[in-house]
Amino acid sequence: MKAAVVVFPGSNCDRDCAVAVERSTGAKPKMVWHAETELEKGVDLIVLPGGFSYGDYLRCGAMASQSPVMREVKAAADRGVAVVGICNGFQVLCEAGMLPGALLRNEKLKYICKQVALDVVNAQTRFTAAYAGKRQVMMTVGNGEGNYFADEATLDRLEGQGQVVFRYRDNPNGSMRAIAGIVSERGNVLGMMPHPDRAFEEELGSSDGAVLFQSVAASA
Amino acid sequence: MRAKVEVFLKPGVLDVQGKAIEGALHGLGFAEVDHVRVGKTISFDLGDGADRGAAEARVKAMCDGLLANAVIESYRVEIA
Repeated sequence: MKAAVVVFPGSNCDRDCAVAVERSTGAKPKMVWHAETELEKGVDLIVLPGGFSYGDYLRCGAMASQSPVMREVKAAADRGVAVVGICNGFQVLCEAGMLPGALLRNEKLKYICKQVALDVVNAQTRFTAAYAGKRQVMMTVGNGEGNYFADEATLDRLEGQGQVVFRYRDNPNGSMRAIAGIVSERGNVLGMMPHPDRAFEEELGSSDGAVLFQSVAASA
Repeated sequence: MRAKVEVFLKPGVLDVQGKAIEGALHGLGFAEVDHVRVGKTISFDLGDGADRGAAEARVKAMCDGLLANAVIESYRVEIA
């Protein structure tokens, strides 16, 4: 598998993502600066990492979604390449219009950093296939704006089409319908607030995140 | 010409900052306060070349492209 991790100014989980992907799958990701206008040919997985791209100015992910590299990320996604946006990366995907909805300030205004239990709602995506019957996984969240919002019609559509992939068992931030992660209609773009990159080996409290990267590697 | 763009969360989108401010104002004895909404103002110069209508259309394009997120926000443009 060929993987790439995009680095925006203010990303702070880019290295974590690279280490997580490499330790989970053996593939050493290429780091791609946001100003680049080309991605490696034949890339199978593009990771948009967590952090505070552009200082979260204007809206989380708004500036990053306009970065030169995002045109390439969109084009790759249109070709069917797997793209996963984690935390700030999820915000970037929503701002870029690659996933529906938006992430609002957490309901209780608190920055929430803790381990969360997630239901794997759809284990038939290329990101979750390797969970194979494992219904509940543990990862951590770390965000102030992780409160997923979309209008009712969009939420119904997401649920009806199996696009809700992860749901919080105990909703920490007010996300509508306890949504923690969704995929695009085509199924190759995943956005999630919890961090699989912080849960790739038991020493970190959970290795459930590794399975996500392994799923993508198996489908590559 | 100077543009002033005001961006607010749409009605129905939970404004947690507004709620917190409302609670604090109530705590200060301003019991009449209701429905607090927090927005932002972005203002910038546009030069004096273009006519007002064209300038307004361009600022609206800026709002749709970057300054506001139509999923959750509405905006108002003033050109002065």
